[in-house]
Amino acid sequence: MTLAAEAAPPPVRPVLMKGNEAIAEAAIQAGCDAYFGYPITPQAELLEWMARRMPELGRVFVQAESELGAINMGLGAAATGARVMVSSSSPGISLMAEAMSYMAGSELPLVLVNVMRGGPGLGSIGPSQADYFQATKGHGHGDYRVPVLAPSSIAEAVDLVATSFEVAERYRTPVMLLADGVMGQAMEPVVPTYRVPERRSEAWHLTGADGRAPRVVRSLHLQPEELEAHNRHLQAKYRTIEEREVRWAAERLDDAEIAIVAYGTAARVARTAIERARDHGLAAGLFRPISLWPFPSAALAEVAARSRAILVVEMSAGQLVEDVRLAVAGRTPVLFHGRMGGIVPTPGEVVDVLRRAWATTEGRPQETR
Amino acid sequence: MTTSQATDTRRRIYHRPEILADRSTHYCPGCGHGIIHRLVAELLDELALGPRTIGVAAVGCSVFAYDYLDVDFVESPHGRAPAVATGVRRARPDAFVFTYQGDGDLAAIGTAEIIHAAARGERISVVFVNNGIYGMTGGQMAPTTLLGQRTTSSPTGRDALTTGYPIPITEMLALLPGVAYAARGSIADPSAIGKTKAMLRRAFEIQLAGGGFSIVEVLSTCPVGWGMTATASMEHLANEVVATYPLGVMVDRPRAVEG
Repeated sequence: MTLAAEAAPPPVRPVLMKGNEAIAEAAIQAGCDAYFGYPITPQAELLEWMARRMPELGRVFVQAESELGAINMGLGAAATGARVMVSSSSPGISLMAEAMSYMAGSELPLVLVNVMRGGPGLGSIGPSQADYFQATKGHGHGDYRVPVLAPSSIAEAVDLVATSFEVAERYRTPVMLLADGVMGQAMEPVVPTYRVPERRSEAWHLTGADGRAPRVVRSLHLQPEELEAHNRHLQAKYRTIEEREVRWAAERLDDAEIAIVAYGTAARVARTAIERARDHGLAAGLFRPISLWPFPSAALAEVAARSRAILVVEMSAGQLVEDVRLAVAGRTPVLFHGRMGGIVPTPGEVVDVLRRAWATTEGRPQETR
Repeated sequence: MTTSQATDTRRRIYHRPEILADRSTHYCPGCGHGIIHRLVAELLDELALGPRTIGVAAVGCSVFAYDYLDVDFVESPHGRAPAVATGVRRARPDAFVFTYQGDGDLAAIGTAEIIHAAARGERISVVFVNNGIYGMTGGQMAPTTLLGQRTTSSPTGRDALTTGYPIPITEMLALLPGVAYAARGSIADPSAIGKTKAMLRRAFEIQLAGGGFSIVEVLSTCPVGWGMTATASMEHLANEVVATYPLGVMVDRPRAVEG
């Protein structure tokens, strides 16, 4: 036996994990100090995993009296500098909107997981992407933005948990990890290697004014000039995030004439549809936004310029499609296919739409190839 | 014996607590917050808690408590202070954590949060300032408003038929096993203020001993909101308000929550 062989670590074998549990464990491995939640389908397993694991690690777990309670416990813990995760699903996220606004204003980092279900109202417990507007355009009141990361596999969700903490702490902002019922409930192989974001002690953490001036974490600025200056500061931060934190994936776009734009579970369906379409000679590819805000507008605009059409596939009545149209800015036709109510579009449906798109855009000149 | 050799026998009985910032407050003349801020500051000094205190400021006139009490503070959304304090206390078990909430904040919009923090026996102390009115927004009726009391949103006086009855929330909380200490004091006169301070001290000490949830309701004044002079508001507090909200200790079981 050689020395090198002795030193080699044992191979890390993939384990089969449910999305909700994988996200929870990824947060634990990323150094999450405190988790707060309230039961709601389809994310309950995340709370249950945390209920078992956090106390055995000596970390904080509280099942709150409501989503209002959970997110505000998160706010309090975040103010002390703790690494905090809160999770819920659509109706619960609506209740958390208030605190998201306060945390954006107070510049508190926290990772909020939304495992989306069908709406509006009580809706259904089926998977949905109907909260895109809510997630990307702001949940609560005021001029603020929240980085939104959308995984389309459980392995990617695990990776994005660490990224979410990094982005949250780097910019002092809440971050939303936007999944859907399929991402939460499905089981997929996960390689249990994790990234642990670096931990920093910040000059705003509330630790007790021991030998230093008192610190206040607040969002109230009654003087209009002071509040405008605070807003300018926030906006400058958002511009930096737009420059540095754009994430997307391109698949089979090199020779594609039609690009499908989809995220999360819809992107999984699109991928299968693209394979089938190519079997029939339709050159399609996938543009998959991973950061929904900041939206990968510039990259998509380039794709649009060399595509004869863009097809947006969503599990909603058409929300992502609005950002796509803004990015495409008329360079090429933007088509849409969406299902609602907890229904996941089938690859067959998407292939049919692709065929029609192909036929109606036949011979359309493309700017560049 | 010359004057220069005389020993100064004066006893210092009054000074500004170190925790109390040396600036005038934004509170209206006759408002009770100044007195209650001072009591909190005196106790934080006396118990040497300043370096480990994290306060939670609630929405209402007293949101600016952090301008007057020189300790770390986090500002809470309206009514959520007990949840915010829960997060603070759980994340920093070594901290001394208190909320400073008004009656609109605690007894209306924040009822779920206060009840469940109490039910969990959360190791926090709640300074609950009850002046029976929404002061900051211009003197509207609160759940704590006395029957018959005129406010800007009960212009003919609070009517039980349409608006129900004053809510004795501290008595309600005292029913919960997680509550180690619940008491009600007032600021109507120096004697009452002294008793209130003793209640606050007990509440704070119980948190320090890990005994559970502690709350002191402090009946206070809002002369502007009540449409009274400062003097008249104190008399009203002593005579009328106390009749609806009796003073005293409702529960004192310092080991409500073991450990």
